[in-house]
Parts: sequence; C-alpha cells; structure tokens
Amino acid sequence: MVLYLSYSFSHLALLGYKTRVIGKMMELVSEKHVKYILSVEKYFCLRRRIVFESLVMEHLRMNGAYWGLTTLDLLGKLQVVNQDEVISWIMECQHESGGFGGNVGHDPHVLYTLSAVQVLALFDKLDLLDIDKNEDGSFSGDIWGEVDTRFSCIAICCLSLLRRLDKIDVENAVNYIVSCKNLDGGFGCTPGGESHAGQIFCCVGALAIMGSLHHVDKDLLGWWLCERQVKSGGLNGRPEKLPDVRYLSATHGLSLLQYPGVKAIDPAHALPVDVVNRILIGLYQKGISPRYRPTCEADLSFPNLR
Amino acid sequence: MDSNEEEQKIPVSQRPEWADVKPVPQDDGPRPVVPIAYTEEFRETMDYFRAVYVSDERSPRSLQLTSEAIHLNPGNYTVWHFRRAVLEALNADLHEELDFVENVAKENSKNYQIWHHRRWLAEKLGTGAIVKELEFTKNILSLDAKNYHAWSHRQWVLKALGGWEDELEYCHQLLTDDVFNNSAWNQRYFVVTGSPLLGGLDAMRDSEVDYTIEAIIAHPENESPWRYLRGLYKQDMKTWANDPRISSLCLKVLSTKTRCIFALSTLLDLICSGFQPGPEFKAAVDDLQASDTGPSDSGLGETICSVLERIDPLRVNYWTWRKSHLPSVTV
Repeated sequence: MVLYLSYSFSHLALLGYKTRVIGKMMELVSEKHVKYILSVEKYFCLRRRIVFESLVMEHLRMNGAYWGLTTLDLLGKLQVVNQDEVISWIMECQHESGGFGGNVGHDPHVLYTLSAVQVLALFDKLDLLDIDKNEDGSFSGDIWGEVDTRFSCIAICCLSLLRRLDKIDVENAVNYIVSCKNLDGGFGCTPGGESHAGQIFCCVGALAIMGSLHHVDKDLLGWWLCERQVKSGGLNGRPEKLPDVRYLSATHGLSLLQYPGVKAIDPAHALPVDVVNRILIGLYQKGISPRYRPTCEADLSFPNLR
Repeated sequence: MDSNEEEQKIPVSQRPEWADVKPVPQDDGPRPVVPIAYTEEFRETMDYFRAVYVSDERSPRSLQLTSEAIHLNPGNYTVWHFRRAVLEALNADLHEELDFVENVAKENSKNYQIWHHRRWLAEKLGTGAIVKELEFTKNILSLDAKNYHAWSHRQWVLKALGGWEDELEYCHQLLTDDVFNNSAWNQRYFVVTGSPLLGGLDAMRDSEVDYTIEAIIAHPENESPWRYLRGLYKQDMKTWANDPRISSLCLKVLSTKTRCIFALSTLLDLICSGFQPGPEFKAAVDDLQASDTGPSDSGLGETICSVLERIDPLRVNYWTWRKSHLPSVTV
C-alpha cells in the first residue's frame, strides 16, 4: 500500500492533481523512523544470524542504500550516516564501463547505476563521476538486454541528473513509452502490458523529465489512479488487487502531501527538490534547454486542483 | 535433481573434483559498510563461483555450481549471465534447461532473472518453444492468475513466436474463473487488437461489445469491463458516446439502483463527450438522489456528480472537481 501510495501521489502530483488522504492524520515520529533505518543495516552484522532476506537481497544493496538514504534526507537526517564510508563503498561498485553493480563484485546494471547516481546526488558528489565516459544510451537493464519501461525511466532519470539527456534520441525514447500506453490511460512494462501503478510511475516520470507530459491522457489516467484507493484507505497497483505496504515509501508519499517535518520531493527524479534544483536549475536559468527544467518549481511540491 | 541435492550437502571445498580450484573470497573493500552475515555454505559456494567466473571456466562443473548458486540466491543476475555463457559453450540441451527454470520458478515466480533467462531460452529455441512456453505460463497463472511476469512473457511469446489460436478462448476461461481479473481483460484486449487470426479491433468490436455488456450486467461493480468497453472504441469517443448500447447499458444498471458508481461515471463521460440523454436518464439519476434532496434545476451532469460525491465518498474530491469541469451546455 505504501509503495503504491507513493507511486499514486507522485503520478497525481506530476499530472497537477491535488491529493488528500481521507482519515485522521497521525503525527510522524521521525526519530523512530531514523532509528529503524539505521538498525536494519546494523542488525545483520551484530546478530551474526542466518538471515535469509540478507542473502537474497545482497545483490540489491545499492537500491536499499537509495531508499534508506533518501528517506533520511527527506526527514532532514542525512548527516547521521558516515558519508565517506558510503561513498567509498559506492565507488567500489563501479565498473570499467562506468555502470554500477548492486553490490561489490556484482555486474553493472542500470537499476543500480541510477541508485548510485541518486545517492551521490544526495551527497552532492556527482563530480566523482567521469560523466563523459561511454554512455550508449540503450534502455536494456544491462548489456545482455532485458527490456522494460522501468529501464527507460531509470536511464532518463540518470541522464537528466548527469545533465546528459542530449546523448540519446529523446523522441525515440518518448515514442517507445507512448507505445506502452493502454486503453485505460495507464502504462505497462512493454507494449500491450497491463497498466500497473509502478510502471505508470516510471513512464509518467520519464515523460515529465523529457518535457512530454502532453502524451498522457491526464483525465483518464487521473481517474484510473483515483480508483486505486480502496475502502481500507490503502492503494492497490492494479484493479481488484490488494493494497500493499512498503514502509520506506511512506515518506515519499508524505512528502508529496507536504507533511510537516518532511522535505519536499521531486516526484520525477525521486529525490528531494533541493537536490534536483541544485543540479538542474542552473542549466534552466542559463536557458540551456527547456528539457532541463526542474520538474518541481520551488512551490510545486503541493500542486493545486486544475 | 536427487544426485545434485546429495552433492549440495558436501561443501564444495571437500569435493575432490574441485580440489584444483582456489576459491576467490568476496572483497568488500578495506572498511566494509554493513557486511552481510553469510552462511558458510553461501560464502563457500560463491567463493568457488567467483573462481570459475574470473577464470571464465565454461565447464559442466561450472554449470552445476551455477545451479547451486542460483538455489542459494535466484536473484543474482551475474550468476544467471554466466550460466548462459556456459550453456552456450557446452552446447547444452536447452529443453532440459527449460525444466531447470520451471523448477526454480515454482518458488520464485516473481523473480526477474528467471523470466529473462526463460526468454533467452525461448529466443534460442524459436517456434519450437511455443507450446512449452504457453504451457509454462499457464501453469504459473494457474497459481496466480495476475502474475505480471507470466503475462509479459506470454505476450512476448505470442508476438515473437506465435501460438494465437486458442488465446481468446484462454482469456474467456480465465474470465469465467474470475470475471474481476484485470490481467485477463488486458490480455483479451491484447488478443483482439493484435492477433493475426481475428481481423483486428474493427472486425471484433461488435461481438466484444456484446460480450462485455453481458459481463457488466452480471457485475456492474467490476471496474475492468467498463474500461474495456471504452477501450474498444479506442480514441473515437464520439462513436462511443453515440452508440445506443452504451447508454442503454448505463440506464439498465441505474434502474437496479445498486452498484451504480461506474454506470454513473460512464454516463457522465458520455454526456461530456456529446451524448444527449433523454428524460428517462434524468429520472433514473433523480431516483438515486438522497431522500432529503429537493428538486433542482441542475443539469444532469451536475446531478450525477452530486450523487457520486455521496455514494463514492473515497473520491469526493475527484467528483467535486468533475462537477467544476462540466461542459458549459449539459441537459
């Protein structure tokens, strides 16, 4: 539910819809969230227990770092982690090609490359990257070719943060995403694939970054997204599916709702607004390209009803 | 798999056939950040995997080792990739490999690497794989009829390799099992619009409209067929708005006075697309008003929104917004 809450509010924010949670707003106990995030990482080494989850997730440590660290930043607590240690580990995951693996010793993959770039952006350390290294601009997950609109979004987001969107054929990328648009206004992972909140998040985000939101049927998709909220108040990812709970994404959703004590988030880049503006707003002000316009203006984090 | 399971119980370092290999430990760097507490079995298997990966040994024992590594962590895409390299080098029987994947998929049906591997296999096997792939995805869908990976793979098989003959019937079977299965409705649309055997959307529209209307009447609260119905007209909203079957359907559902939310919203959309409702529509909507609501001069669109604000409170903001965005001339 929380993951889809985050996705749905992000989409609605990008489409310019106001969102409101029905029901009593509880006070956010930030300190407990911060403690939890840090304890999850410490738990496995302190206890030395066989923990199945740690084994099957060791290849996606980079994603875990992104979710945990962005959440900490949204709560204004990024300073509690040792920045040098984290950055040094991230750079260990980088390969000759420039891509990043999910953990040390893992092959590069676009999923983890984006997370790595996002984490470096949080710490304002993008200068550590040799950005002019080869960037073939393909949207497979890795050099062996799994294709999915998630990878379009990831690649485009990454290139946008690295200010290299001009390296790819943007029109082609837009056309592929539009080919994944369905009868209900939503987007699937490949042409013909069922509309899914997660895929919609990726496609709408990518279109937003590329200045191509006009391809979205806002009314149709807006309604589809509104229908994701079920009686319990939670959100599902597809019609007639159960609502889904993912703890850390709550903070992204709360950020979009302008929850007190949570920084504003740019829904397209999935990073705090101040981080994205730091990277992109300089380019916009120099008039380099409207495509580099930040997807969140300073006051856009809580969009109004059209 | 029995002999392999036996082998798995003996640590790799104690197997004579691995005596010549020096395992390569994981290098987490000088100051590891939150190191994982691996089991001894996991650590050792991966140390030997790293050895053959680094030396690029594409041998039967490497293949066996990747099986073990995959069973320990099916999400390790590096291991899957190396396994593919070994399979190619050994010119292995890929039909046997399909069985291997099926075994792993039983417990990991939502694992991306498995599906990617399966696709690679099917690409290699070509049209010879159609029957097995449709059977495989059918098996997975029989356990979870909405498994997104299974549907993606099935769609890819149909488009790339073929096998459309029984697909519409398969969709019908799934919808008979569960008419609320949005994935099955999506697949139906995929078949109706994409099958080279059916003539395309224009040829299929009429029969599909009838099929969908029947499904809606049985369960008017079902979101999927309402969207499907709209999708049958693609972007031609004018034709959709003026097809008397659509408006009659809305009227029929409204007259039952229950489970009307989608009927009301569809009628609202019809009006916004130019449909001119007769007095019977106003009467049916008025009947749904709260008993304490007096007569009003509001247009039908406004009245519909008011009713929806009351009977669909979860989306009250949305219906309020719709009310403020009605076309200037409504009945």
